[in-house]
Amino acid sequence: MMKKRMLILEDGTIFEGIAFGSDTASIGETVFTTGMTGYQETISNPSGCGQIIVMTYPLIGNYGINRDDYESIELTASGIVVRELSDEPSNFRSGMTLCELLTLKGIPGIQEIDTRKLTRVLREKGPLKGMLTAVNEEVDSQEKIAQLQSYILPTDLVARVSTKKPYPSPGRGERVVLIDYGMKHGILRELNKRDCDVIVVPYTTSTKEILALFPDGIVLSSGPGNPEDVEGAVETIKELVGKAPIFGIGLGHQLFALACGARTLKLKNGHYGGNYPVKDLTSGRTELTVQCHGYAVDEASIEGTGLEVTHKALNDGIVEGVRSTVYDAFSVQFHPEGSPGPEDSNHLFDRFTDLMKTSNREENINA
Amino acid sequence: MPKRQDIETILVIGSGPIVIGQAAEFDYAGTQACLSLKEEGYRVILINSNPATIMTDTEIADKVYIEPLTLDFVSRIIRKERPDALLPTLGGQTGLNMAIELHESGILDELGIEILGTKLHAIHQAEDRDLFRTLMNEMGEPVPESDIIHNLEEAHAFVAKIGYPVIVRPAFTMGGTGGGICHTDKELEEIVTGGLKYSPVTQCLLEKSIAGFKEIEYEVMRDSADNAIVVCNMENVDAVGIHTGDSIVAAPCQTLSDRENQMLRNVSLRIIRELKIEGGCNVQLALDPHSFNYYIIEVNPRVSRSSALASKATGYPIAKLAAKIAVGLTLDEMMNPVTGTTYACFEPTLDYIVTKIPRWPFDKFESAKRNLGTQMKATGEVMAMGRTFEESILKAVRSLETGQFGLSLKNGSEMTDEWIEKRIRRAGDERLFFIGEAFRRGVSVETVNDWSQIDVFFLRKLQKIVQFEQVLQANPFDFATLRKAKRMGFADITVAKLWNSDERTIYDWRKERGLIPVYKKVDTCAGEYESDTPYFYGTYEDENESVKSAKKSVVVLGSGPIRIGQGVEFDYATVHSVWAIQEAGYEAIIVNNNPETVSTDFSISDKLYFEPLTIEDVMHIIDLEQPEGVIVQFGGQTAINLAAGLEARGVKILGTSLEDIDRAENRNKFESALRDIGIPQPLGKTAVSVPEAVVIANEIGYPVLVRPSYVLGGRAMEIVYLEEELLHYMEHAVEASPDHPILVDRYLTGTEIEVDAICDGENVLIPGIMEHIERAGVHSGDSIAVYPPQNLSESQMSTIVDYTTRLAKGLGIIGLLNIQYVISEGQVYVIEVNPRSSRTVPFLSKITNIPMANIATKAILGQSITEQGYGTGLAIAPAGVYVKVPVFSFAKLRRVDITLGPEMKSTGEVMGKDTTLEKALYKGLVAAGMEIKEYGSVLMTVADKDKEEMVGIAQRFTNIGYHILATEGTARVLKEAGIPVKLVDKIGSEGPTLLDVIQKGEAQVVINTLTKGKQPERDGFRIRRDSVENGIPCFTSLDTADAMLRVIESMTFQTEEMSKQEVRV
Repeated sequence: MMKKRMLILEDGTIFEGIAFGSDTASIGETVFTTGMTGYQETISNPSGCGQIIVMTYPLIGNYGINRDDYESIELTASGIVVRELSDEPSNFRSGMTLCELLTLKGIPGIQEIDTRKLTRVLREKGPLKGMLTAVNEEVDSQEKIAQLQSYILPTDLVARVSTKKPYPSPGRGERVVLIDYGMKHGILRELNKRDCDVIVVPYTTSTKEILALFPDGIVLSSGPGNPEDVEGAVETIKELVGKAPIFGIGLGHQLFALACGARTLKLKNGHYGGNYPVKDLTSGRTELTVQCHGYAVDEASIEGTGLEVTHKALNDGIVEGVRSTVYDAFSVQFHPEGSPGPEDSNHLFDRFTDLMKTSNREENINA
Repeated sequence: MPKRQDIETILVIGSGPIVIGQAAEFDYAGTQACLSLKEEGYRVILINSNPATIMTDTEIADKVYIEPLTLDFVSRIIRKERPDALLPTLGGQTGLNMAIELHESGILDELGIEILGTKLHAIHQAEDRDLFRTLMNEMGEPVPESDIIHNLEEAHAFVAKIGYPVIVRPAFTMGGTGGGICHTDKELEEIVTGGLKYSPVTQCLLEKSIAGFKEIEYEVMRDSADNAIVVCNMENVDAVGIHTGDSIVAAPCQTLSDRENQMLRNVSLRIIRELKIEGGCNVQLALDPHSFNYYIIEVNPRVSRSSALASKATGYPIAKLAAKIAVGLTLDEMMNPVTGTTYACFEPTLDYIVTKIPRWPFDKFESAKRNLGTQMKATGEVMAMGRTFEESILKAVRSLETGQFGLSLKNGSEMTDEWIEKRIRRAGDERLFFIGEAFRRGVSVETVNDWSQIDVFFLRKLQKIVQFEQVLQANPFDFATLRKAKRMGFADITVAKLWNSDERTIYDWRKERGLIPVYKKVDTCAGEYESDTPYFYGTYEDENESVKSAKKSVVVLGSGPIRIGQGVEFDYATVHSVWAIQEAGYEAIIVNNNPETVSTDFSISDKLYFEPLTIEDVMHIIDLEQPEGVIVQFGGQTAINLAAGLEARGVKILGTSLEDIDRAENRNKFESALRDIGIPQPLGKTAVSVPEAVVIANEIGYPVLVRPSYVLGGRAMEIVYLEEELLHYMEHAVEASPDHPILVDRYLTGTEIEVDAICDGENVLIPGIMEHIERAGVHSGDSIAVYPPQNLSESQMSTIVDYTTRLAKGLGIIGLLNIQYVISEGQVYVIEVNPRSSRTVPFLSKITNIPMANIATKAILGQSITEQGYGTGLAIAPAGVYVKVPVFSFAKLRRVDITLGPEMKSTGEVMGKDTTLEKALYKGLVAAGMEIKEYGSVLMTVADKDKEEMVGIAQRFTNIGYHILATEGTARVLKEAGIPVKLVDKIGSEGPTLLDVIQKGEAQVVINTLTKGKQPERDGFRIRRDSVENGIPCFTSLDTADAMLRVIESMTFQTEEMSKQEVRV
């Protein structure tokens, strides 16, 4: 009944626990997230593609899985690690259990392990490659560790999660082209709430095709992995800058910065959770944000790019937002759409729609 | 924003005495706030009337005033000290109300004193029902619909609009009299008709009932730059309908999805911004379990009990940061004191589950109504942490010290199903255990949910605990089963019962197999950042984060939840002991489970273990820390009770040895010790049957003090004057048998004396002797204590010093001891010796400037009293008179008899100090909340035994112009003595009765003494309760009445006609 499963890390640490979800074995980058609610959104966020996600809050699954709170239709995480899985959820919207969902979507989970110890290992060493595998006599853990160490994490994550075809999400307001690098539903939801007429396009869509949609503004979505791995994105964005107001989020922010000539770097400890204070350097106010990134824009590379830093993480000073001093374009590393997590910076979507309106007016005047 | 430079001196108002609803959490908040302001370089002036607190130590503020929290006294201090600003939001409701009174009196404007932090306007908006409702309506935030109705038609019209159920609250009745919830027309008609009758203005408030909604709390903070954060959210296990202070609470919320959480978070932040709160604030919300509908229940614009809980639950020190916000600092420029590396503008994230369970006083007040509702009844609370909900709640259960270790009741299996259903439907203090019993009988989760409205999430967890009992039972001494049980939080005692074994065997068995807990850090950030904070809880997992340091350490056991008889005084001593241990060069480790207190502030000790105070949980810590020993004498009876078990496991008890503790506490051993030392005690014997008790009582003579020998702390203790009362007591109150002997002692009427002393084995230091106003027979905690004694002769004083010294040495005390004496007919007798810290230690320490707990701790660690620079014998008394006046919470506890007796009933205390006894008493009584009127009427109805004494008191009332009202018997005696008296009819008579007199406020003072034992005498009971409910001082001891009379006499001028000169012819 209770199947045993283990999580092996590339540094040789092994955790033995109880299996849940799918029975498949998997390998992924192991990261921890500190949100106490929002597991459904977190595991369905395409930014987590290929990751084994450790939940630091010990009880997961309490309120079940509902039909509304997905951030993508397909789940692409490589595994879920929890202290205790709640298999009898209690919430009026709950339609199934977390375990049922993971089984359905082919994602393995492990529970009953010391997730705080695991978190401390990851804090100490940074994200590690990990493997979820069944416990049985044939398993030679040394062999598995060696296998893990030589394993190269995939670099085609965006290609895996981006839409294959463009599709509309109509509204009566501004036309927004949303480039999907691994978009969360939350971004689309916020634009629709503002009555934007959104067309979501694959990340491979050419500048020409995008401009042919006559956008009032362009949103660069969030997504998984290293921005340098996203083929063609930087070139396209370079061409788009100045053609219409741009708003980048998460990976979209990093790609925008790269397109402007800045560099990105991999963080030792990424930011995954819903309690990151970010200082808005313009207003002086600090807001709590939800973040999900292992890479960041290198502040030292900003000079001379025509960008200026607008947001910084209060705790470690990491660049959390930039804007172009030349064009109507800005981007943030965090998720102003929340879901899950605080919605303090939701007003950035208003800033974007306002920008589209004023930008349009200027164009009209110029014309 | 940098801190304010334009202010220098800040006045902080404390919360006064501990009462139900306002307890030790404000000592914690106030202490933090004062220290925090001092840290920023401000001069802090503190006013608080409660001497039993750390916050009123002179080190905590630059100037400390222990004076009554009344407009008069606070204004005097303000005029004297001329502060630049006032910080009112850290002293609970008392502090807030005081600030409003000061403002309205005009003194703040007159002297240009600014109110820091949250502004008065915001306080009004949050506290005033109508203003708050208006604000919520403007913001578009829902509050439960309500309307004021004057007749049944209006009630029907309201219901037609909003539907059932509705709550009826009659206007201007005390304590919710006549109100209730209606689900049907019939109930509506019944309750509204009754409610209108009860209401003196024939008016009821009808409110949409949201009972059954989830009750959710958000602890929020905001600074002057409009940064706002949520420190913690909490979910009440009990649904809306039970006061949050009386609810079991889990943190963080367990059954909310992120959308619900963010929705309520946004609402809470909008409200704190709209109110422009600068500091901490508590928002209570009700959430429909079946939709996204919610209501705002209440907002507290200040730090509160919930914020203390949130601080301890997360590690985030709300009060400390709120104080800094008040002086202009912003959240994004202050560091998070827990990590030291991240900023305070941050929302803590937990990787454990916190459970709080309230501690109710119903073990003391057996007659009290135990059901819970909108009026809070708990005196304290416990908190526990675990990595599963089951572990967390089971740890909390055993922290309560009610003898329960699991979800079971004494005699639970004998109860009827109907009884169990009733006790679950009607929430009471034991509901959690009745639910356990229901599950044991196979009642389904759905049914219990229907009965209790408790979310099925929590019920399933409780059911799992009960079901696992069976698994345990079926698998004795199976390692995997035990591991699972320990991870679910099962205590060894529970396992032992199921395995027909004993606690020790289970402990050893699993220790041999390496099944021991590890300790995890509370770090506000779920391990994301490095943190040096030494704040730990235990759980059964892999990695232990608590590393034993190289330094020698000493463990101090705290006193657990605040309850009647064991209050904040013990936390005071615990904290001082910790500081002394550190001064002596050791590492101080504290174990405690009370989230309200200063001792569980992680910055107090070198290491804080937030764990239950049971042998098992304490032993785990000792196994890990290998301390030099354990100090038990500051944690009240809680810690003393653990001493034997710890010593049996080889732990060194520091200070007074276990054997000597036992000698002071065990009746027979104590008697023989007294004989050896040659100190007299009242005559007494042990009876094992009713006839024997009668014989003994006749032998030593009535009145006698009777009590069972197996309970401590004055429970079921009574003074009986007649044989029939003795028989009644023996039949009804106790069961005498060879296993349960009854102690029968001669009750000596006389002056009661209390002494606290310190002994290092050779030297004895007596900081002070206190004389009680009430004669022996009233529990020392309920008596007014006077320092220095006013009526003792020199020889009596020296006898007491001599006895105290001999007792301390003779009983082998190392550390503190507390002795109660009675002086009867000139002779000094010892009544009781407590080999531990006492309730009066903070009071005496503050008066005499002798830091008793500190000296005692150092004596325990081997430094003699003289080496510490203190003398021996009785310390020289400082100038002035000091009184300690008890404070009761009777208004909150329905059906509790307020008569003072051998059982303690007070919840807190205040101090009055001045140059004369009368002035000190005046301050003490006023600080305790009594209104002293210079004229009016006194209603007297006293027992026969007191009638003679009463005449003198009545005469003195007459002399100062009071009118005397009395019932028949009393009136007759007064008339005979020539005192003018107006006769009042007894209860049940035709004309206006004494109850009418009380209810109409025609008497300003009531004096009522008890005729017999406490059982019958319903009339007296009603008189006393009606006095409490109408806010009229009621004296049940003539001594207290005499003290008050002395105060009035000293305040008023006598008006006596000129005596006529006889004309000489």
